[in-house]
Amino acid sequence: MTQLALVIDLNVCVGCHACVTSCKQWNTSGWAGPMVDENPYDANPTGTFFNRVQTYEVGSFPSTETVHFPKSCLHCEDPPCVPVCPTGASYKREDNGVVLVDYDKCIGCKYCSWACPYGVRELDEQQKVMKKCTLCIDRITDHTLPEAERKPACVIACPTNARLYGDVHDPDSEVSVAIRERGGYALMPEWGTNPANHYLPRQKTHMHVTEEDLQRSDNPLTKEDITVYQGEETMEDVTW
Amino acid sequence: MHPAFSVIFLTTLIGAGQGLFLALFTGQFYSTVELVEPQPASFYAVGSALSLALLVGGLAASFFHLGRPERAWRAAAMWRTSWLSREVIVLPAMMGIVFLYGVFHWAGWTQPFIVLGEGTLPIDATFVLGMLGVLVTLALFVSTGMIYASVKFLQEWHSPYTIVNFIFLGTASGFMLAAAYSALLGNHLVGFFGTWAVIATLLGLGTRTASLMRNASIKHRSNLQTAIGIRHRGIVQKSQGFSADSFNTREFFHHQSPETLKLIRVMFMVLVFPLPIALVLLAYALASPTLPILAFVVQYIGLIAERWYFFAEAEHPQNLYYQQIS
Repeated sequence: MTQLALVIDLNVCVGCHACVTSCKQWNTSGWAGPMVDENPYDANPTGTFFNRVQTYEVGSFPSTETVHFPKSCLHCEDPPCVPVCPTGASYKREDNGVVLVDYDKCIGCKYCSWACPYGVRELDEQQKVMKKCTLCIDRITDHTLPEAERKPACVIACPTNARLYGDVHDPDSEVSVAIRERGGYALMPEWGTNPANHYLPRQKTHMHVTEEDLQRSDNPLTKEDITVYQGEETMEDVTW
Repeated sequence: MHPAFSVIFLTTLIGAGQGLFLALFTGQFYSTVELVEPQPASFYAVGSALSLALLVGGLAASFFHLGRPERAWRAAAMWRTSWLSREVIVLPAMMGIVFLYGVFHWAGWTQPFIVLGEGTLPIDATFVLGMLGVLVTLALFVSTGMIYASVKFLQEWHSPYTIVNFIFLGTASGFMLAAAYSALLGNHLVGFFGTWAVIATLLGLGTRTASLMRNASIKHRSNLQTAIGIRHRGIVQKSQGFSADSFNTREFFHHQSPETLKLIRVMFMVLVFPLPIALVLLAYALASPTLPILAFVVQYIGLIAERWYFFAEAEHPQNLYYQQIS
C-alpha cells in the first residue's frame, strides 16, 4: 500500500514562505476554485491557506535558535477527522493515502476541524466548505506531466530542498530513508494519529578538536626526554 | 473553543424540548396508574406541540452553524462512524414521535388495546408512542453529548460528565417548563412537575460541579514541545505565519478575558441551580401561577450561559500553534 507524504527538514528550512505562496498559487488556480482572500490589501487580511510557515524561538538569549516550521495537513494514517464527518465528504484515498475533502459534499459544519489536533483544516469564508492540503492531488496523479513535475507545488518551489516527497511505506524511498537515518519524527505522537508527514530535526555539526589532533603524541619532532635519573630504581632492578 | 450561538441554542432548545416530552409522558404514566389526576387530551396535545416547537427551534438554530445548509440532508450518511450523523437521524425521529404522540392524544385515539397488571395498566397507542419516545429522547441526549464527548482532543469534553450533564440539565429545564405550563393552565400538576424539576436540577448540580472540578485540574496531553517536536522547555512562538487572523484563530479561541469566563461561570451556577429551585419552592409555598414560569425562564437563560461556558472552557491543542500574530 502506498502512503504519500512530505518530510520536512527543519535543518535547512529558512522560513522564506516560498512553499506557502506556491501552494496558494497552484491551488487557487486549480480545479477546486479559488482559495478565498478577504481584505487582501487592507487591514486584517485573512484567507484560506493549505500551508503556513511558523517561526519559533528556542532557548533564551544569548543561546537562542530560530526554528522555521512549515505546517500543513499531515495526512495521518489514522485520520481522526475522517470518521467524524457526517456526510462522508472527508475521506482518505485508498490508493495513495492522501486525506481529501469532497467540496461538493461538505456542509461546512466544521466538526472535522475540531477533530484535528494540528489545526490544519480551514473553512473557506466564501465557499463555506472545509479546505485542506491535497498534496496537490491534481499534480501528483496527472500522468500527462513529466515525472519530475509530479510533485506537490511546495516541494518544487522549496529553494533549500527542505521538503521531501514520496511514499513513506516504501522502505527504500527517499523519504523513508530520510526518516530512518536522520531521526524523522511525527508531531503530537501522544494522540495516536500516526501522521504520515514527518519532520527531520535540526542538527548542529560540532567539530571536536582534541589535544592530540593539534599535537601528535608520536610527533617525531618532539624533543626526547633527556632527564638524567639518579637514585631511582632502574629497569635492571625490576626486570630480569 | 469559540462559543457559537447556533450550537448553544441548538443544544439548550432541544434539551428543553426533550425534557418537556419526558415530563409529559411521566405525567401520563403517573395518571395511568392513578398517582396523579388525569389531564384532558388538550394538555398532552398542546404540550407536545410546545415540545415539538422547541425541537424545531433547535433544528433551525443548527442550520445557522452550517456553511452550506442546503446540503444538510447529506449529514445522515455516515451514521456508522459519526455521532453528528446519528444526531441528524435521531432528532427528526424524535420530532416524528412527539408529533404522533400529540396527534393521538388530540384525536382521542387512546382506547387501550391491552390491559396489563390485573386491570391497573391500560396500554394504548399513546403509551406505546410515549415509551418509544423516551427511548428516542435518551438516544438523542446521548448522540448530542457524544458529539462533544467523543472528540478526544478536547479533553474538557472527553468525559462521561458531558453526556450526563446534557441529560440532567435538559431534563431539568423540560420539567421546569412542564411546571410552568401546568401553572399557566392552573392544573394540579405544578407540584408534581416542580418536584421532578428540582430533583433533576440537583442531579445536574452534582454532575456539573463534578465536571467543573475535573476540568479545573485537567492536565493537557499536548504542549509546545510535542507540537513541534523540539525538546526544550523554553520555546516561544514568534510568528504563526500570517499577520491578522484566520479560521484557526476565530474558531478555536473565545477571545474573552479570564474574568469574563469566571463571571459567566458564577452566573450560570446561580441561574441554573439555586435560583430556579428557590423560585419553585416559593411558588409551591405561595401557590403562585407565575413563579414557575419565571423559574423556567431564569433556568433557561442560565443554561445559555452554561453552554457558552462549556464551549469557552474547552482548550483545543491546535491553539498551541496559534499564539503569536506578527
